[in-house]
Amino acid sequence: MRLYDWLLRLYPASFRNEYGGEMRPLFARRLQQGRGAATLGIWLSTIGEVFVNAAAVHVDLLKQDVSYTVRGMRRSPGFAITAILILTLGIGATTAAFSVTDFVLIRPLPFRDPDRLVMLLETTPGYAGMELSAPNYRDWKAAATSFESLAIYTGIAVTMTGGSEPRRLSGATCSADLMPTLGVAPIVGRSFTADDERQGAARVVILSYRLWQTEFGGDPDILGRTLVFGDAPVTVVGVMPREFHFPSSDVLFWVPARFTGGDYQESERTNNKFYGVGRLKRGVTIERAQTEMSLIAAQSERQHPRENKDTGALVYPVRDDVSQRSRLLLLALSGAAGCVLLIACANLANLLLARALGRRRELAVRAAIGAGRERLTRQLMTESLLLAAVGGALGIALAVAAVPLLAQLVPSGLPISSTPTVDLRVLAVAAALSVATGIVFGMAPVGRAGRSPDLDGLREGTRAGGGQKEALRSALVVAEIAASVVLLVSTGLLIRALLTVQELDPGFQAAGVLTLQTDLPLPDYNRVVTREAFYARVVAEVTALRGVTSAAFISFMPMSSFRGGMWPVSVKGDTDEASGIRSANNVAAIRYVTPGYFKTLGIALKRGRDISAGDSRDRQFAAVVSESFAKRYFADQDPIGRHFTFAFADREIVGVAADVKFRGLERKSEPQVYLSSQQVDDDMITFYAPKALAIRTGGDPAALAPAVRDIIRRANPKLPITDVQTLPDLVDRETASRVVQVRVLAAFAAVAFVLAAVGIHGLLSFAVSQRTAEIGVRIALGAQRRDILAMVLSRGVKLSLAGVVPGVFLAYAAGRSMEALLAGVHPADAVTIAGAVGLSVLMTIVGTLAPTLRALRVDPISALRTE
Amino acid sequence: MNEISKEAAGLLPLPPATFHILLALADEDRHGYAIIQDVEARTGGELTLSAGTLYRSIQRMLEQGLLVETRDRPAPEDDDERRRYYRITALGTVVAKAEARRLTQLVKMARAAGFAPGKA
Repeated sequence: MRLYDWLLRLYPASFRNEYGGEMRPLFARRLQQGRGAATLGIWLSTIGEVFVNAAAVHVDLLKQDVSYTVRGMRRSPGFAITAILILTLGIGATTAAFSVTDFVLIRPLPFRDPDRLVMLLETTPGYAGMELSAPNYRDWKAAATSFESLAIYTGIAVTMTGGSEPRRLSGATCSADLMPTLGVAPIVGRSFTADDERQGAARVVILSYRLWQTEFGGDPDILGRTLVFGDAPVTVVGVMPREFHFPSSDVLFWVPARFTGGDYQESERTNNKFYGVGRLKRGVTIERAQTEMSLIAAQSERQHPRENKDTGALVYPVRDDVSQRSRLLLLALSGAAGCVLLIACANLANLLLARALGRRRELAVRAAIGAGRERLTRQLMTESLLLAAVGGALGIALAVAAVPLLAQLVPSGLPISSTPTVDLRVLAVAAALSVATGIVFGMAPVGRAGRSPDLDGLREGTRAGGGQKEALRSALVVAEIAASVVLLVSTGLLIRALLTVQELDPGFQAAGVLTLQTDLPLPDYNRVVTREAFYARVVAEVTALRGVTSAAFISFMPMSSFRGGMWPVSVKGDTDEASGIRSANNVAAIRYVTPGYFKTLGIALKRGRDISAGDSRDRQFAAVVSESFAKRYFADQDPIGRHFTFAFADREIVGVAADVKFRGLERKSEPQVYLSSQQVDDDMITFYAPKALAIRTGGDPAALAPAVRDIIRRANPKLPITDVQTLPDLVDRETASRVVQVRVLAAFAAVAFVLAAVGIHGLLSFAVSQRTAEIGVRIALGAQRRDILAMVLSRGVKLSLAGVVPGVFLAYAAGRSMEALLAGVHPADAVTIAGAVGLSVLMTIVGTLAPTLRALRVDPISALRTE
Repeated sequence: MNEISKEAAGLLPLPPATFHILLALADEDRHGYAIIQDVEARTGGELTLSAGTLYRSIQRMLEQGLLVETRDRPAPEDDDERRRYYRITALGTVVAKAEARRLTQLVKMARAAGFAPGKA
């Protein structure tokens, strides 16, 4: 019989309590009738029967409760809609924010054992991470024991011709062991082999899945196909999987690096070209690898004291290749989402508590006519879970729709896809969250309803009981207000920071400038005279267009995809003269320009003159330097006419230009040197040959694009034209992730604001409705309207103050923790805090208004009649 | 169609256990065990209701208003304090009749199709 009792537990308690007592003797009698082997049969059939019937009874109850709930919701749709809305916003916002954070910061990278993958870089004073030079890579790799394998790569771009239009593609050059190091094999074809690295081997390429799909329509016969990169044929030997993005999502192909003896010459030791990526041996920690590499670097410095002066090694997880700023941006977002969730939960709890109080009579009546505690519990749970299920489903739908909108928050330099997705784990957490919300807040009213029979509930005109419950509800509202203040202040700070960043002077005037990028393929454009002919023709024709005031070419636009290009500077008399050793203290950005660049970009020339057409190869090599350059090397002298050695030649300063933030609005940029595009030897430094065109117009810059494209196509139809955009658009991209974050936070803050106001409103309305009789009595006894007004208002103000004061402190703490995002705005920024407090006052007034009016309209006679 | 028969029609077709319980209660009020015995006797041992099926059906039938629990106990010597007795309601009778009618119609159709013995 013990077994049968246990089986009975499968039935809902209400059913068991009702019929269990009768079912036991029935079963006992049946057992008695059967003897021997028949007993087993009876047990088996009974077990089966109990499972089926218990399930059926559960379903019956569920149907009953659901239909009861649905009827109840139809009667008071306000409650259901509010509760579902709160849940949707809370769960939707949280899921979306956490999905993106998880995608960028937490989810394992799509490589085999990604925890063992590390980056290996060189360090020099002033530079925490610099590419490896080929000789150092070779030496360090031979000496290191921490790695299972160690590979290198670097970004390249090629022009692919042969299609309808030449296309500029970003890709990577890598050592043959890159794919094995990452532990990812091509889905089609093969990885590179050591043979592919040999000089003179057939040129091969592995395509990214995206390139394979977009450019070749997923052609199954892609292997062996010959493409034209620049002017050289390359053969496709493989295609990588869809989720393989390395080193970043914009890389479309991989070609093997080729090393010659020349690459390992001593002079190459300061040519920092490659990023190292290694797979640690099992059991080797990052700390151990770092220690070993530091020792090896120190040894290397002893062997090559000149070239490797102050050169160290840096090892860190590939996963950490996320900038501090991106990380903070996402953490702030998650924190904000957490706040919204907290507010949503508090609000929902409050709503359910209020409803439970309001339903005391209904529940008491049901308990009085025989519904057991368990039955009522079950009913209330079903109700909350139903709300949670609907809210959760809508929240998840909201998250799925919102996540792609947050793509701007995904930093581009990561080896992951650029569009975040909601992942199953986050979805599971969100679903669990909705269910937990349902259970926790379902229990709150049950605690009250359970104490059956609740005779209090049956008494007519019950006054607001349970001061304790009201204290809990007040505490919940206070928490909501505090959290919303935190959100309001954080949003305010970030808006101020955004405005500050947007107001930063980039050093040029972006408005009215169109920019585009072309390529001058080698060897056609090896010779300076060929390039100059191209520049002259294009600039002349573009300048002739209506509205165009000037146009010029430069190596790279400021804030475009390439922001590096540092060259060592030596000033005559400098101790490091012509040493070619690069450190943060003696480098400058190298840029070649055609005449008119400063005028076109609106960069102020502080002293001297622009590069001119007269700065030809047979004249003294000229340079325009930035103000910071002049200050760094010629602090208390007149820089004009001074000489320095830079890019293999002696240069004379002819002008000083304003500093340009070429690395980005929020980054420190090195001093800049601008050289004449004519003053370089054929076949030298072609990487920096001007290929970016800037055009200033009085009209709409975007409207110029077709005409400019035509001009370049007429000059040379084989040239790719990419990155056609206005300069303001280019600058806006600098703040795009900030703008997205501020928008998301502002949306969160708005939700929090509304929810907190709803919370205040709900609590006060409830208090007023519970105290209608008391107010009636007071009025009857001669209390003035003013007193009633003061009574309700002071309650609202107290709530508000109790929330705002700790909220401001918490907001300050939050502001401190994201100071790096604030672009110099102080976390205790008075304007922001005053604004947030002002909004909170507004929130209090809005929330208090309706209940106050209701209290004022209390008619003493009808209020007392209900008593 | 009046209210009761409309409500009755909504409950058709009846699950077999429900119909048998209604038949068992047609002539007198019975407790659970008596219902099982009656059904067993009526079907010649073909159908033995399990305790679970019985009380699940009873619970549903109480909610549907086909049965009531009765407080009028039979003669004291037959009574067992622990037992609950059930009585068929007016609605229960109407529903049982409607179900019987439905089954008769079904049998008629089966005959016409040559699936059952008897007149067409």
